[in-house]
Amino acid sequence: MNSRMRNTVQGYLFISPVVLGLLIFTIGPMLTSFYMSFTKFPLLRAPEWIGLRNYVVMFTSDKNFWQACKVTLIYAGTSVPLALIGAFVLAILLNQRVKGIAFFRTSFYMPAIVPAIASLILWGWLMNRDYGLINAILVRLGFSKFPFFAEPETALASMVMMSLWGVGAGMIIYLAGLQGIPESLYEAGKLDGANELQLFRNITIPMMTPTIFFNLVMGMIAASQTFMNAFVLTSGGPLKSTYFYNLMLYERAFNWTQMGMASAMAWFLLFVVLVLTLLVFRSSALWVFYEAEVK
Amino acid sequence: MISDQEVYRGILDLDWRRRPKDSYRILFIYLILILSAVVFLLPLLWMVTTSLKTQAEVYVFPPTFFPETLRWQNFPEGWTYESMQWTRWLVNTLTITTAVMVGTLISATLCGYGFARISFPGRDVWFIMVLASIMLPSTVTLIPLFVGFHRAGWLDTFLPLTVPAFFGGGAFNIFLMRQFFKGIPIELEEAALIDGAGRLRILWQIFVPLSGPVIATTSVFTFQAVWNDYFGPLIFLTSQENYTLALGITFFKGLYKTQIPYMMAMSFLMVIPMIIVFFFAQKLMIRGVILSGIKA
Repeated sequence: MNSRMRNTVQGYLFISPVVLGLLIFTIGPMLTSFYMSFTKFPLLRAPEWIGLRNYVVMFTSDKNFWQACKVTLIYAGTSVPLALIGAFVLAILLNQRVKGIAFFRTSFYMPAIVPAIASLILWGWLMNRDYGLINAILVRLGFSKFPFFAEPETALASMVMMSLWGVGAGMIIYLAGLQGIPESLYEAGKLDGANELQLFRNITIPMMTPTIFFNLVMGMIAASQTFMNAFVLTSGGPLKSTYFYNLMLYERAFNWTQMGMASAMAWFLLFVVLVLTLLVFRSSALWVFYEAEVK
Repeated sequence: MISDQEVYRGILDLDWRRRPKDSYRILFIYLILILSAVVFLLPLLWMVTTSLKTQAEVYVFPPTFFPETLRWQNFPEGWTYESMQWTRWLVNTLTITTAVMVGTLISATLCGYGFARISFPGRDVWFIMVLASIMLPSTVTLIPLFVGFHRAGWLDTFLPLTVPAFFGGGAFNIFLMRQFFKGIPIELEEAALIDGAGRLRILWQIFVPLSGPVIATTSVFTFQAVWNDYFGPLIFLTSQENYTLALGITFFKGLYKTQIPYMMAMSFLMVIPMIIVFFFAQKLMIRGVILSGIKA
C-alpha cells in the first residue's frame, strides 16, 4: 500500500465518527423529513403518501401558520438588528482606553452564561405586571405599569427586550474584532488629519464588517428557531401574539402527532432560512470588506 | 530614538488624557458603562434577593429590594418540595453531561486530527459539510430523529442525548480541535512517523499532551451546552424520574406557579456551576467565543 492510499484510509478512519454522524444524524434525517413532508404520518401508523397536501393546507387553510410566520419574522427582524447594534456599541465602549474594563466586560458577559431556562424564569418574574421589578421602577419614575406578557400588544416586544440581556457573547466577538484592527491604520488616518468620526466611519466600520456579517447570519438562524421563550413563558399567547413558528411545529409534532405536517413546516423553515442566508451572502459583496481584496 | 509604538502612545496621551475636553468624554464613557453594568447585573441580583424572601414578601408592591430576613431555608425547602426530585435530576444531568463530554472529547479529537494532519481526497469537502452543519436549523432533522429513536426504543432514556456526541462531538468542537492541531509543529510528527509510530500513538502521545487549552475549552463549552440544554430533554425524556434540572425547573413552574422564592432559589442553584466555571475558565471561554467569530 503506497503512502497516498494509506493516508486516505487513515484519514477516513480518523474522521469516520463525524462522517457517520453526519450521515446518521443529519443527512439521513434531512432526507427522511423531506419524504415525510409529503405524507400523513401519525407516528403509530406507517406514513401514507398524500403528495403536496401538507403544504397546501399549511399555506392556504391554516390561519395559525401565517400568524406564526409573522411573529417569527417580526421577532427576528427586530431582535437581531437590535442585538447587533447593542453588542457593537458595548464593544466600542469596552474598547476605550479607560480603567476597570475587565470588570465591565465580565458584567456584560455574565447574563450570557446564565442557563436559558433560569433566565426565562427570572425575566418572567422581572416583567410580571403586578409584582415585577421593572414595573416597580417605572412606577417610581412616575410612569404607569407596563403590561409586558399580559397583553397581546406588548408580549412580543417584551420578548425582544428580554433577548437583549444576552448580547454579551456577540459583544465579545466584536471586541475581539475591534482589537484585531491594526493600530497603524488609525495612526495613518490621524496623520492624514482625519477626525474621530471619520476614523470610525472609514476604518472601524469597514474593518468590522466581516464580524458583523458573521453575527448577522448566526443571529438570524438562531432567531428563526426561537422556541423556549414562548413555550416556557407564554405558551404562544396572549391571543397568539407570541406564537412562534417552532412552537407551532412542536405542537403539530408532539401534541397532535402530525409528523408529516411538522416535517413540511420544518422544510419550509429551512427553505426560508436558506433563501435569507443566500441573500445576505449575496449582499455581502456590497458591504462586507475583506482585507485580502485590496492586497 | 523612539519607536512607532511610543509615538502612538504619545498621540493617545494627548488625545485621551491631557485635553480637558476629554476628561468629560471619559466621564461620559464611565457613566454609560456603569449604567449598562447595572442593567446587566441587576436582574441576577434580583434573582438572588428574591430567592431569599418569604412567600409573602414577594407579593408586595412596590417590592422591597433587600429581603426583610434572609430566608436561607428556601434552598433546602425548595430542593425537597413535595414531589420534586432535584437530587435525582441533578444526578441525571451530571450523568448526561459526563457521557456527552467523554464522547465529544474522543470523537472531536480524532476528527480534528484527521482534518488537520492527514491529507486525503475528499477531506475538504467533508470539512465544509461539517462547518455547514452548524448553520442547519436543527428542526429539520428533529422529526425523523424522534421517529428513529422511538422505533429504537430509546425514548425516555439518555441515549438520544448522549450517543450522537460520540459521532463527531459537534461541528464547532471539531473546528476548534483542527485549528489547534494545525498549529503544532510538523517536525514533531514527522520524526515520530519516521520512527514508525502509528497515527493513533502520535495523537495520544504527542498531540493530546500539548492540547491542554483546546481540550479545556471544548470541555467547558460542552459542559455549558449540556447543562443548559432544554429542547433535547424536553423532546426525548418523558417520565419525571428521568428529567434533567432544566426540565425540573419548568415542571416546578407548571405545578407551583406562585412559589416564586423556591423557583428563584432553584434557578439560582442552576446558575452557580456556570458562574464557577466562568470564573475559573473565563479566558478559555472568551477565547472560544472569539474563535467562533474568527472563521467568518
